[in-house]
Amino acid sequence: MADYGMLRRKAHEIRTLTLETIGHVGKGHLGGCMSLCEVMSVLYFSQMNVRPEDPQWKHRDRFILSKGHAGPVVYSALALRGYFDREALKSLNELGTSIPSHCDATRTAGVDVTTGSLGQGFSVAVGIALAAKLDREALYVYPIIGDGESQEGLVWEAAMLAGNKGLDNIIGFTDYNNLQIDGHVSEVNGLEPLADKWAAFGWDVHSVDGHDVEEIDQAVSRAKQGGGKPHMIILRTVKGKGISFAENVVTNHSMTISKDVLERELKLLRGEGE
Amino acid sequence: MRFEKDSKELKQTYVELLIEYGKKDERICIVEADLMRSAGTMPFSQVFPERTFDVGIAEANMMCVAAGLSYMGKIPFTQTFCVFASRRCLDQIEQSVAYAKQNVKMCGTDPGITTELNGGTHQAMDDLGIMRGIPGMTIFEPVDGAQMRKVFPQIVERYGPCYIRLFRQAPDRIFSDETEFELGKGVVLREGKDVSIFASGVEVSEALRAWEVLKAEGIDAEVINIHTLKPLDEELVIKSVSKTGCAVTAENGSILNGLGSAVSECLAENAPAPVRRIGVRDRLGEIGHLDELKKVMRMSGGDIAAAAKQVMERRIRA
Repeated sequence: MADYGMLRRKAHEIRTLTLETIGHVGKGHLGGCMSLCEVMSVLYFSQMNVRPEDPQWKHRDRFILSKGHAGPVVYSALALRGYFDREALKSLNELGTSIPSHCDATRTAGVDVTTGSLGQGFSVAVGIALAAKLDREALYVYPIIGDGESQEGLVWEAAMLAGNKGLDNIIGFTDYNNLQIDGHVSEVNGLEPLADKWAAFGWDVHSVDGHDVEEIDQAVSRAKQGGGKPHMIILRTVKGKGISFAENVVTNHSMTISKDVLERELKLLRGEGE
Repeated sequence: MRFEKDSKELKQTYVELLIEYGKKDERICIVEADLMRSAGTMPFSQVFPERTFDVGIAEANMMCVAAGLSYMGKIPFTQTFCVFASRRCLDQIEQSVAYAKQNVKMCGTDPGITTELNGGTHQAMDDLGIMRGIPGMTIFEPVDGAQMRKVFPQIVERYGPCYIRLFRQAPDRIFSDETEFELGKGVVLREGKDVSIFASGVEVSEALRAWEVLKAEGIDAEVINIHTLKPLDEELVIKSVSKTGCAVTAENGSILNGLGSAVSECLAENAPAPVRRIGVRDRLGEIGHLDELKKVMRMSGGDIAAAAKQVMERRIRA
């Protein structure tokens, strides 16, 4: 059984480090990073079979952040897992950086797939899963899509194919925080009944509290039992989770963070707050 | 001028090559969007069912699935009509293949007016322009089977995205089986000193017809096949036009952003000379047989010959 206390601490570290990383630049995709801290902790500190000292290790599990704008939360997790020094996080978005705002596999050790234009990473994940089956590689493919991203047709083209091919080596996540740039997902173009949609596309669906490492970890372990279907774990999340000025704020997709606000918030996260 | 037809349809040659190299290299696989019967790749799926991925009618998914296979070290070849190969999955090609530096070979069939009776909705006039704008893309348009056979292994060998613009039917036979070709290098078909004619795809036979017309009038035209639009063989373009002082381009597609544009850009920057572009002018497609469409679009050998005489008149005299 995983050490849930450790996973909670790692999630907290990822959250703090991600805020620092974005705060250092002063602007970034804060909301959609914060909703992923717990799943990143579970993946990189419990579930994924990877070798940080050998990022290109052939037999590794693959991680795909299809909602590529949440790059900073991935970089924080990778730094904490030992892929690279956390000093590198200070170069976010600088010219020539190894950690651009959107994930770029050609630049960052540990990033498996280049993403940014929504829907594509998920479809690429299906291609990777097909190749793994062809090569009889017993690896898992972990794509994360956003709820807003789920409005992209390509997500469902890929979902249909993965369902029909029974790609049970895919353990996917939907970051269901119900916020997108123009408002609430449910108001812009709602997804419900989301679990039924995935089930109808031939997926094994599980819905969990996306901020509960124990629930996420158990859902992934359960998915690894197989079953001949791809797995979709719907993470019920809060966009901007854990950040006092951002939590569930409609405009938190990309926001400006002043030095003062950053310092105050970091104190709160470190338990030094007022 | 009449040409013998290739003994095989070009799509037949293509699938034979896929199978031949698929036997030598197990990384080769195909990703399809329900046009296997049309593109002629069904035989590959029979030899290598496990390396065939038909995603159904979903070109964007086809391209990203191919990118995913490439991430895992495969060499995926995708097939669909040019019109879909370029437009329906452009964003996927740009991000998940080109930007991501993946090794996907994308074959488009039925270029330009060769779509014939499928009509305007299925005619890719703009695919060359679309693909040419993508950094790192190699663009190859075979003239006949002999050329396809010599260049195919180079496409497999060269890492990176490649757009193969494939006329499906039996093409005019232009080259002998012994002719050598190099990806990225143009081919001089006729040497001449009065005007350079650069042609690609089904327009190569029209360019040779123009050469014959011009020859009868005492004009010595140089005919060059540009089978690789990108990277363009700039050296050959400059060398030829430095000699002749003027150029005509002939391509099966829009004159905007295709061969005519590439040659014009090269000349404007390196060896300014008058150019006339033969191809589909700024207009959408039309239904009809190939010979009819060549007339309607003014893409016949006679049109090329007339354009050659016009540019010769406008040559910049030293």
